[in-house]
Amino acid sequence: MALVSLRNVSKVYPPASKGAPSVTAIDSVSLDVEAGDIYGIIGYSGAGKSTLVRLVNALEQSTSGEIIVDGQDIAVLPERELRKVRLGIGMIFQQFNLLGSRTVARNVAYPLEVAGRPKHERAARVAELLDFVGLADKAGSFPDQLSGGQKQRVGIARALATQPSILLADEATSALDPETTHEVLALLKRVNAEFGITIIVITHEMDVIQTIATKVAVMDQGRVIERGPVFDVFSNPQAAASARFVSTVVKGIPSPAELAVLRERHTGRIVTLAFRDSAVDQKAVFGEFSSAGVAFEVVYGGINEIQGRPFGHLTLALTGADPVIDQVLAHIRTLTTVTEVR
Amino acid sequence: MDALIDLLPELWTATYETLYIVAMTLFFGGVGGLLVGLGLYLTRAGSILENKPLFFVLNLLVNFIRPIPFIIFLAAAQPLARAVTGSGIGNNAIIFTIALAASFAMARIVEQNLLTVTPGVIDAARSVGAGPIRIIFTVLLPEALGPLILGYTFIFVALVDMSAVAGYVGGGGLGNFALLYGYRQFNPIVTWAAVLLIIVLVQFVQFFGNYLARKALRR
Repeated sequence: MALVSLRNVSKVYPPASKGAPSVTAIDSVSLDVEAGDIYGIIGYSGAGKSTLVRLVNALEQSTSGEIIVDGQDIAVLPERELRKVRLGIGMIFQQFNLLGSRTVARNVAYPLEVAGRPKHERAARVAELLDFVGLADKAGSFPDQLSGGQKQRVGIARALATQPSILLADEATSALDPETTHEVLALLKRVNAEFGITIIVITHEMDVIQTIATKVAVMDQGRVIERGPVFDVFSNPQAAASARFVSTVVKGIPSPAELAVLRERHTGRIVTLAFRDSAVDQKAVFGEFSSAGVAFEVVYGGINEIQGRPFGHLTLALTGADPVIDQVLAHIRTLTTVTEVR
Repeated sequence: MDALIDLLPELWTATYETLYIVAMTLFFGGVGGLLVGLGLYLTRAGSILENKPLFFVLNLLVNFIRPIPFIIFLAAAQPLARAVTGSGIGNNAIIFTIALAASFAMARIVEQNLLTVTPGVIDAARSVGAGPIRIIFTVLLPEALGPLILGYTFIFVALVDMSAVAGYVGGGGLGNFALLYGYRQFNPIVTWAAVLLIIVLVQFVQFFGNYLARKALRR
């Protein structure tokens, strides 16, 4: 049984004004997040991903469908019961959303106050959490005295205070610079590894998915259009929107515009070879060209690594007699996927 | 000048009465304004206790009462003041009427200050299981404290202003003193003395309010 399971969940906003159409933010989405996953949900702004994650802790009410968290359908729970459920789900935000009137320590203590934990227990837990996120020396500071990365670390400490089993990260790194982003992502990875907390990461940056996620769902116009292990989606995206996201971090197959530029420089035949995992032996592939006397030049592409597994595409411009090339390509097709681009 | 020296005991009594009226109206009007302001904020569309009919009524009431010139409001609300305080004249009646008018003026200021609190921090509080009452006391009011203090300082000046017409319904205070002993007896020095005291009072409170707001905002 998945830890978080969405079954045909929809969220429809009523018309903003009379006569205007109602807005379907989430369109019958089904999704399973297993315990221990770092599940990435990626999409352009307006794709519905933030709404989706806010349904998981019922900050927003779904219009229809089941939202099963830890075996309980929270879509039918009254507000009072939901407050208890939320204690078991931490959340961090793009704008951090720390209380400016409270010190760092009292921000982290806030969920513990809500949960009614006694004072001495709160103090001990806050110290432990600030130590974990590396901000023990900032306990008495106010949020406006911290950098963006520090604020998000406080946000993470606060979200972990009540020892939740799920952490929701809503564009948690989108307001941070690249270096700080990687610090925060590394911290989230530790949260997952050391405490076994399941993390749902909402982002529009494929880089974030590539860095920490184990599974990914791609959202477009309120629907999940593709999902699967990150390696599969990155190495072989099926939907057009997924391919666009993948291309932001992975140089793979040249776009038509890029191909036109390549065509101007290379009049011969151009092929794209797929390399996926260690299943394809690059040495064997290139050996085929050499032994047949076909000269090649790598004109486009890249080899990436996701979770320690290499994959990528290389586009080659070939020089040689047509029949010889045909023969070589026939050999190579037995080793990997070959696409001739025209 | 001699007239003023002779009137000193009356001047101090009047100052005391102004302070008394303003303090009482600041308390009752402040609490009333906070309640109505919170009501406006919490019931508006998209807020945590969204309630369209209630918001509509509160909003209409505030818009209805706020623009009425105070001297007219004073006369119009006299039957209500009599019903509540037992008399349509005197300090208690004027305190009731000023507190009522101030509640609605303050309500808008409270509402506007609460709207400056970023909705995100309310989401954060909700996400850890906080309910509406807790959110009011641990998020909304502390986060808006600095602007709220400035709002109350602003309303204090309005209260001094409103208390000046107390004389019309048999109340006391510096306004009544200036009218009675200065204006009607052609003694401008007496009028100016009352004006000077009001200026000093307002300045003092404004400085104090600014100081408290700075502390709350830690600037």
